[in-house]
Amino acid sequence: MSEPLLRMAGISKSFPGVQALSDVELSVGPGEIHALLGENGAGKSTLLKILAGAQPPDSGTITLAGQAVSFDTPHAAQVHGIVTIYQEFTLAPNMTICENVFIGREPGSKVFVSWRRMAEETRALTRRIGLDADPMTLVRDLSVAEQQMVEIARALSMKSRLIVMDEPTSALSSTEVDKLFSIIRDLKAEGLSVIFVTHRLEEVIEICDGYTVLRDGQFVGSGRVKDTDIDGIIRMMVGREVSELFSRRGDAAPGDVALAVENLSRRGSSRDPSATVLANVSLSVRRGEILGVAGLVGAGRTEMARAIFGADPFDSGRVLIDGQPVRIASPQEAIRHGIGLVPEDRKQQALFLSLAIRLNLSMAALDRVSKWGVFVDEAKESAMVEEYRKALSIRMASPDQIVANLSGGNQQKVVLARWLALQPKVLIVDEPTRGIDIGAKVDVHNLLFDMARSGIAVIAISSELPEILAVSDRIVTMREGRVTGEISRADANQEKLMTMMTLARAA
Amino acid sequence: MTDTTARRGGQVDAFSIFARFAPLIFLVILMAVFWVLNPRFVLTLNLFNIMLQVSIYGLLAIGMTFVILTAGIDLSVGSLLAMAGLVAAAVSKGGLSNRFTVGEGQDALANPWYLAALAAIGVGLIAGFVQGSAITRLKVPPFVVTLGGMSVFRGAALLFAGGGPISGFDPGFVWWGQARIGGQVPVPVVIFLVCAILAHVVLRYTRYGRQVYAVGGNPEAARLSGLNVRAVTTSVYVIMGFFCGLGAFVLSARLNSAEAIAGMGYELTVIASVVIGGTSLFGGSGTIFGTVIGTVLIGVLLNGLQLNNVSSYVQQIIIGLIIVLAVAFDTFAKSRRRTA
Repeated sequence: MSEPLLRMAGISKSFPGVQALSDVELSVGPGEIHALLGENGAGKSTLLKILAGAQPPDSGTITLAGQAVSFDTPHAAQVHGIVTIYQEFTLAPNMTICENVFIGREPGSKVFVSWRRMAEETRALTRRIGLDADPMTLVRDLSVAEQQMVEIARALSMKSRLIVMDEPTSALSSTEVDKLFSIIRDLKAEGLSVIFVTHRLEEVIEICDGYTVLRDGQFVGSGRVKDTDIDGIIRMMVGREVSELFSRRGDAAPGDVALAVENLSRRGSSRDPSATVLANVSLSVRRGEILGVAGLVGAGRTEMARAIFGADPFDSGRVLIDGQPVRIASPQEAIRHGIGLVPEDRKQQALFLSLAIRLNLSMAALDRVSKWGVFVDEAKESAMVEEYRKALSIRMASPDQIVANLSGGNQQKVVLARWLALQPKVLIVDEPTRGIDIGAKVDVHNLLFDMARSGIAVIAISSELPEILAVSDRIVTMREGRVTGEISRADANQEKLMTMMTLARAA
Repeated sequence: MTDTTARRGGQVDAFSIFARFAPLIFLVILMAVFWVLNPRFVLTLNLFNIMLQVSIYGLLAIGMTFVILTAGIDLSVGSLLAMAGLVAAAVSKGGLSNRFTVGEGQDALANPWYLAALAAIGVGLIAGFVQGSAITRLKVPPFVVTLGGMSVFRGAALLFAGGGPISGFDPGFVWWGQARIGGQVPVPVVIFLVCAILAHVVLRYTRYGRQVYAVGGNPEAARLSGLNVRAVTTSVYVIMGFFCGLGAFVLSARLNSAEAIAGMGYELTVIASVVIGGTSLFGGSGTIFGTVIGTVLIGVLLNGLQLNNVSSYVQQIIIGLIIVLAVAFDTFAKSRRRTA
């Protein structure tokens, strides 16, 4: 192998009470796409922050193209050509594309900005990566995928040599992922290096050249992707056999229809009143059944879930529980009818990050642990938390620990426990394993199986087809707010589902 | 998902302990400094006086804690205090016509103290409900609604009072502001502490208290957890109104007088007390215990500055700086928690 572009060696970093990294190394060659892998909490984020100049290491060296460097600010890292694109974008939504691309480095004289030059240069950059948008468009009007392309354009405008992408695909649909990959391949062809963090190992096989695996803040190993396979990588990440992962459950014997939705329709959003959000969506789910809902991002899956749950209004159609039509105008009413929703965005929509695990877990089910309807019976509450801690194997130091300090997988388990504590008839889970590591993923899948076994009707929404195939008894696909097909698990495979999700309207 | 992430929160972190007890530590240091500067600042003698001075601020700060826990703010408290005080005085006197009769003439005292108290509290509750509803129904930010309320209530108070004070209440009324239980503990201090304990119980041990923290911590998650976010948000302004009414009653009793310019600038002192007590302006974290410490701290500071002949103008400057510093500390502590 030629001289690496980047070499980090002996990197250690500790925070109060925790050794986040110890003696970690990472090296990336020129024009290499390198996967940085590990479960959540393995130390990937810390390593990337050190590389981005956002945090100083306690010890260790960084060598860039043979030169020892040290960054004490993100700006210093950028000057050396290292640009990081974070999972949560850092764009200003109320500014234009070109302003975002050149923020802090606007072309023009010392005082005045040359809008014409800024727009021209932005257009050249966005064309290069295939983003066809007016540079004067406001960023808030772009889709997530387009916003990501703006981030990439910004990175290119800084003449970067190494672009770090932290889970760039987690919010993208598969067509958008394909597009992103072709951009990344183009960058590689131009000689740029990319560090790529993802939880989707198929993507590593598809696009990466080399990989480095971390576990518990330690360097586990690195190598060439062509010399290994998904199973090999998983073994390094979790230190356990793959056969335990993604095991399907046996055939279920579903009961009566618990929830039915008939002709659910919703027109328009505040931004685009002519758009159709939901059009005549009908589906049903039985007791003890897991219904998978597949579709690309923007297909209306989340909107359907939120409409059923009363979180968003709908224009026409009806919802039936146990065959009886019910009126649901708020989440409160949905909960009263025994419907639960685990929303897609854990941090924004589900967790109270500043509060303790105990409070987070019991928030929807305070009825079960109240004294005289007014007070919280803390003894009962603690017993409830303990029950779910065991049942879901939630790893916590104490129930009074702040929930923000848990790993993503454990946070998701707390959210699931909140809804289990409510003993729902119907539970809708939207992207139940987004951004959590493989070990926790398996736990969550098993939990869904347990729920179904106990008679809960489960609707599982996921953008990951392997996940849909692993958990569902029956699958419906959606596209542009419509149900485009239904298929049993036995008949389904990824290709068929992809066809149903992307092709004609009628099934 | 490693053991280290789980250990993180359980691990005893020196900084987080310091952050938790910072107001208390700061209070002790401040007392020591003033004691050294001025031996007249003798704690045993002065403590009840300081507590008496801050008891009205303290009552308002309890209500303000509820409001700030939901990431709201109430700038109208000083004005509402004046208006509710005038209403209490007018009820006690049976109208505005005999506002200048002082003291003992029993014929001038139309209504007993409890009607005056109820009137003041009633005004507070109604004003709080109106402001809370404007925030939740019309979706106007709390800052704007209560900034408007600040002007509306002050104007209403001036209009109502017609310029002058109303003074001279019956002894039953005045008792609530001036009496000392056992000859030692001022009644307003007792009211403040009893209210603080009740508020602590509500926030810490009731379902409602949980909901206040939840709505402040993440309103969308609260809604999706089946909480009535609108009702909870409105309710904290009603609670704030209650404490404005109660505070107005006690203040009028203590001064044996009510006037339209009462409570000027109280909002700043009250918000400072809450924030310095560790309640986050971003909502979702804070305690009544912290607010009590914050209130006493502000009281000690003002008292100490007075005893050392620092002008009230300088005191005002110091209060303003304290708010900014306390929030800066909160933000710093938060960013540390996030990276740790």
